[in-house]
Amino acid sequence: MSEAKRKFWAFAIVATLVLISVATYAYHEFYLYLSVYLWFGFIYGMCLQYGRFCFSSAFRDLFAVGVPRMAVGIMIAIAFFALVGAFVSATGLSTFHSAPIGLHAVIAGFIFGVGMCFAGGCASGSMYKTGEGNMNAALVVVSISVTQAVFVDIGGWANALVPASWAKSASEKGLPASINVADGWVDQYLAGYVWDQPVLSFATMLGWTDQSVMGAFLGNFLVGVALPGAALLVVVYFFWSRRTFMKKRLAAASARPRLTDELAGYWAMVVASKRTAIAGLALGIAAGLHMYASQGLRVKYGVRNAGPLLERMGFDFGLSVNGTVFDPGYWYVTTQEAQWVGWVFHKLGWNQMDNIFFGFNNGIPNPLINPADWMSIALFGGAAVMALLHNEFKFKKPTLETAIWAIIGGALMGIGSRLGLGCNVGAFFVRVSQGDPSGWVFGIGMVGGAYLGVKFFNWWTERRMARQFAATIT
Amino acid sequence: MKFEKMSEGHYLLDVKGYVCPHPQLYTKKALERLKPGEMLELQFDNPSSGESIATMCDNTGDEILDRKQEAGLFVWHVRKT
Repeated sequence: MSEAKRKFWAFAIVATLVLISVATYAYHEFYLYLSVYLWFGFIYGMCLQYGRFCFSSAFRDLFAVGVPRMAVGIMIAIAFFALVGAFVSATGLSTFHSAPIGLHAVIAGFIFGVGMCFAGGCASGSMYKTGEGNMNAALVVVSISVTQAVFVDIGGWANALVPASWAKSASEKGLPASINVADGWVDQYLAGYVWDQPVLSFATMLGWTDQSVMGAFLGNFLVGVALPGAALLVVVYFFWSRRTFMKKRLAAASARPRLTDELAGYWAMVVASKRTAIAGLALGIAAGLHMYASQGLRVKYGVRNAGPLLERMGFDFGLSVNGTVFDPGYWYVTTQEAQWVGWVFHKLGWNQMDNIFFGFNNGIPNPLINPADWMSIALFGGAAVMALLHNEFKFKKPTLETAIWAIIGGALMGIGSRLGLGCNVGAFFVRVSQGDPSGWVFGIGMVGGAYLGVKFFNWWTERRMARQFAATIT
Repeated sequence: MKFEKMSEGHYLLDVKGYVCPHPQLYTKKALERLKPGEMLELQFDNPSSGESIATMCDNTGDEILDRKQEAGLFVWHVRKT
């Protein structure tokens, strides 16, 4: 594609998004709420593509090829999101709520971690790669979405796998009859197990509230993010970065590293990939500002969720039994993609509103007016614009081999997302950044899953390379 | 994935169409099999793999001689040290 064509398409994408924002706002003021999602989604897409920002590679490339760049980039993004988030929390405008913490988060993270290795990218990574023209990544997104919509509504035979204690606890939650909580494995897992787990934050564990200055800055930011994040990077430095740095640095100086050498090495690791570091910084700040903007509009319109806004605009189909729709108020991936498929299934006659995920919590509004969908669509657009401007856009069809990995990986990520109540963004990045310890727990599971996935692909690629090499040298 | 000998001491690794972690893993395994001084022509179209491969070569000391990029296709030449 010529440079002129690439610039034309990049401009066309931006112009389309501007037109959508302006035209819908002219039609009804409440569309501004959706446009906030749209433009932050666009920024996320640009940042992800610019920094090659994939959570999968943060863990996978450490184990597979000893490259720490992405682990560093993610910690930078988390640190800045946490800092901006602390400001937002202290002003009482945070949209974040901690998730229940328990063993389920480790198991969910593990399944998700294996899945993202197989798929070749995490949920957000697969989305930005779709924007680069990678149809293999698009297949991953489809697989995640379909798996979630199917998984959350599995009942019948799967009810026999529900422990009696979950079934009993779920039946005592007083859920509406339309949800039919006795039918559905995920429903009883959520209402009978997950909802019974404690909900914590570092601030509350230390005796503060999340909205207090002490709680937001000392509890959730310093103790919950900055200290463990810096310590993790020290571990990464000593195991994966220090040896190479010292080999170069000490070649012309003293043989024994001093503290200044160690600090220089630590800093060199942090800034080794400028693209990743810059993207991490921008992502972190944008994610914090997104919360601020969303909550500001909620206050302005006098709502706590976009459901009433959609209703006031005349859209009452697909709202949950509580009148709500999925509206996190911050960066999130996977739930809105599940809603696309849930909406289609429902239109085709498969009732998707009798489960907790759609019917009680998130709804299945028309994808055209689903707030978080605007974020995902714009994320594709932002990544495409950045790829076009850097001559990195290429339409790539999957092969049979890569399609199989994509479908398996996407399915595992879909299941992991629903068990963990989020993906690498919602269950890890956002929760860790906002001082929710369940984010770290999900992350531990993801690291374990990524390790297993890398072991598998090490074996797989070694086997294939050995065959090709033997054929080449004979 | 295609790995073949183009001439004496000059090999081709074609991993176009693959996403992470395949390009970086195949590159690592190909370079491990080359003798010092031999060259690998690497073709890939997954941009994020480039970042990892560059850092990996920096760590191992393998030298990236040139990097070409056109329409999403990356062609790099790496000399094994």
